[in-house]
Amino acid sequence: MIHTLESVIKEHPFFQDFPEEHLEFITGCAKNVQFPEKHFIFLEGDPADEFYFIRSGMVSIELVIPHLGPTTVQTIGEGEILGWSWVSPPYRWHFNAKTLKRTRALVFDAKCLRAKCEEDHDLGFEMLKRFASIITARLDATRLQLLDIYGHND
Amino acid sequence: MTPKAPRSNNSVVLSPQQLDQLLQVLAKRDYEVLGPTIREGAVVYDHVYSTKDFPAGWTDEQAGGKYRLKRREDDALFGFAVGAHSWKKFVFPPAMRLWQARRSDGLFQIISETRKATKFAFIGVRACELHALSIQDKVFLKGPFVDTVYKLHRENIFIVAVDCVQAGGTCFCASMNTGPKAAAGFDLALTEVLHEGRHHFIVRVGTKAGADLVSQVSHEEATAADVEFAENLVAEAAKHMGRSLDVSGIKELLYRNIEHVRWDQVADRCLSCSNCTMVCPTCFCSTVEDLTDLSGQQAERWRKWDSCFTTDFSYIHGSSVRSTPRSKYRQWMMHKLAYWIDQFGTSGCVGCGRCITWCPVGIDITEEARVIREGETPASAAG
Amino acid sequence: MATMTENEVPQGVNADPMIPQLYRIDRVRDETDDTFTLSLVPENGEAKISFLPGQFNMLYVFGTGEVPISISGNPAITSVLEHTTRSVGIVTKAMGLLKPGDQIGVRGPFGSHWPLNEENGRDFVIISGGIGLAPLRPVLYFLMAQREKYRKIVLLYGARAPEDILFKKELERWRGKFDLEVQVTVDRAASGWRGNVGVVTPLVARAPFDPSNTVALLCGPEVMMRFAVMELQKRGVPHERMYLSMERNMRCALGYCGHCQYGPGFVCKDGPVYRFDQIASVFGKSEV
Repeated sequence: MIHTLESVIKEHPFFQDFPEEHLEFITGCAKNVQFPEKHFIFLEGDPADEFYFIRSGMVSIELVIPHLGPTTVQTIGEGEILGWSWVSPPYRWHFNAKTLKRTRALVFDAKCLRAKCEEDHDLGFEMLKRFASIITARLDATRLQLLDIYGHND
Repeated sequence: MTPKAPRSNNSVVLSPQQLDQLLQVLAKRDYEVLGPTIREGAVVYDHVYSTKDFPAGWTDEQAGGKYRLKRREDDALFGFAVGAHSWKKFVFPPAMRLWQARRSDGLFQIISETRKATKFAFIGVRACELHALSIQDKVFLKGPFVDTVYKLHRENIFIVAVDCVQAGGTCFCASMNTGPKAAAGFDLALTEVLHEGRHHFIVRVGTKAGADLVSQVSHEEATAADVEFAENLVAEAAKHMGRSLDVSGIKELLYRNIEHVRWDQVADRCLSCSNCTMVCPTCFCSTVEDLTDLSGQQAERWRKWDSCFTTDFSYIHGSSVRSTPRSKYRQWMMHKLAYWIDQFGTSGCVGCGRCITWCPVGIDITEEARVIREGETPASAAG
Repeated sequence: MATMTENEVPQGVNADPMIPQLYRIDRVRDETDDTFTLSLVPENGEAKISFLPGQFNMLYVFGTGEVPISISGNPAITSVLEHTTRSVGIVTKAMGLLKPGDQIGVRGPFGSHWPLNEENGRDFVIISGGIGLAPLRPVLYFLMAQREKYRKIVLLYGARAPEDILFKKELERWRGKFDLEVQVTVDRAASGWRGNVGVVTPLVARAPFDPSNTVALLCGPEVMMRFAVMELQKRGVPHERMYLSMERNMRCALGYCGHCQYGPGFVCKDGPVYRFDQIASVFGKSEV
């Protein structure tokens, strides 16, 4: 069964209950993309002008630490969203994103989307509402990771 | 022999001397006779050899954090409420070795204890204490595992209960439906009557063993009037309880208020001293200690009384689940009045008032329950 | 009071549940740098090991003490008893020094078990964290031995770091089966780790099970289970089909020392495996 761009976007949980009138614009900002394994999708410091829906594969969010080398702090997998630094200034990536396996994704033109959100605040609110949930979930997860719940307590 | 008077079923009259004879018969039958006596300014339960050892002519003044003995104007043998001891210390010993182990050549063997059956006679068991015994029976005998030592001690106890004709300053058995009249679980139950120069006991017979013991001493049949008089004394006592506790829906009330601010307030006063658990006749928590001698070749396991207020009671994974006085007091009170019902089908509290009397700062379980209940709005009560 | 005579406790007969049965260490396997598995055989050669997945034993190290450890072996094997534990306190550290041939005392098995026989035809989602995989390993052996009785089986496992992953060989073996979905994640990765990094919670959100027909089994740190329960609730799994293994301080494991009380029950007899609705009134409440 061939999934059109539109159907993939519409069926994604992220866009559940997204107002119809904005869906067409969103679809226009999106296109399919593929990455081989061990490929840097973006690097720390790069301009954050896109975000991604991962359709298959796995991406590692990593930070390069002087004596440890590149360290993965989180992996993003199938069905998840990659990248929120496009939302706030200075619109630069804070981490590296590197594929761990061959990865297929939908890439969204965030630069274009940002401009449209400034114009149309309804659209802006819908997008930010949803990205807020993603960020909250990541924050919860990060806090749990910080707590080191499997570590020694004594 | 008295002239013929209307007889009442199963009730006899004993004089204090005849009661004393009863004790001698028990002793002759190799019972360890245990009853109330005075030691270090309080009524305790210990070996007694005659009614002379009883606290004749003494009563107790009890209030929150206060216990004093006071002289009575009469010579009542049981004219007090309850002291710090409860009967649990005989059936559930404060310290007991469970087994020993010996090691040689890296291998070890376990040596069990051979225990002799005891024959206790408890003299002067209050109605609340009868309930406390049956509550502990549920814990130690009716669970998935039977405590064999408790069973051994519990099986042969001869119980002489005593109705209360005077409520204590911190008593609330009437609220808990556990007294002041001894209803079941006894061989004999006494009501002490001092009236117009007479001093005697109306004795209800509860079992064949009780009847048999009574037949060994001279006695008289009780008249209906005697019995009625005694019953009225007890009924009056029920109206003069030192405390009261509204138990209607108390389990649900406390579950609804697990986070009530009152727990923080009582925590400011509670010292986690664990007195309440030591004196409570139903508290059953214990700990297990494994010890070795210096050579490391002989080991023992002991069971000892414990308290949910101790620091490491709930220790797991590097810290205690309940480390604050707030959580510990809440655990104790919620267990006593709420969780116990889910665990064993009855309340864990018999209204004896000991926890109130022996708390160094006078924390009062009835007051805590009342404040929480009164703090509920109709909305919060609806859950 | 009690008098003492020499009474060596006959093995295989356990009239007093406070007295341990003697077992011998057959094998010790280091799973990670602080976790090990003991394989025990009973001194009484005729004794058959019998337990239900989820149950635990009290293990006694001579002179040191006793601790509750979940049984982590295959319930179909009646000749060897396996326990996996972390070396964290006095007793488990002493246990970690035991060698094949040494003896250890065993009391049990105690406690409630995972609901495996009652849930034919269901999806199973098994959510484990850290040492929590140990009490769930018997479940996997059991389910895989009668695989046709169940629909989808998903195992989600969170560990601290790749070197802390337990039962690596079994996980690889299970991963290789087409009828068992295994997803492992770590809180922090080492270089070279090419698997998931992050907590178990997002895995629960995306795992391929049907919430309307799923039984969820959870075992791990309480905070992990709290967040996992929230995700399961979000996906519509009812409380009556969530099961959690809880832990509390234990001394007697027989229901009367009072230490393992958890709200309205005792973890040693009402648990350690609880159906969630049984503990919903106190779960997550601080210091209960």
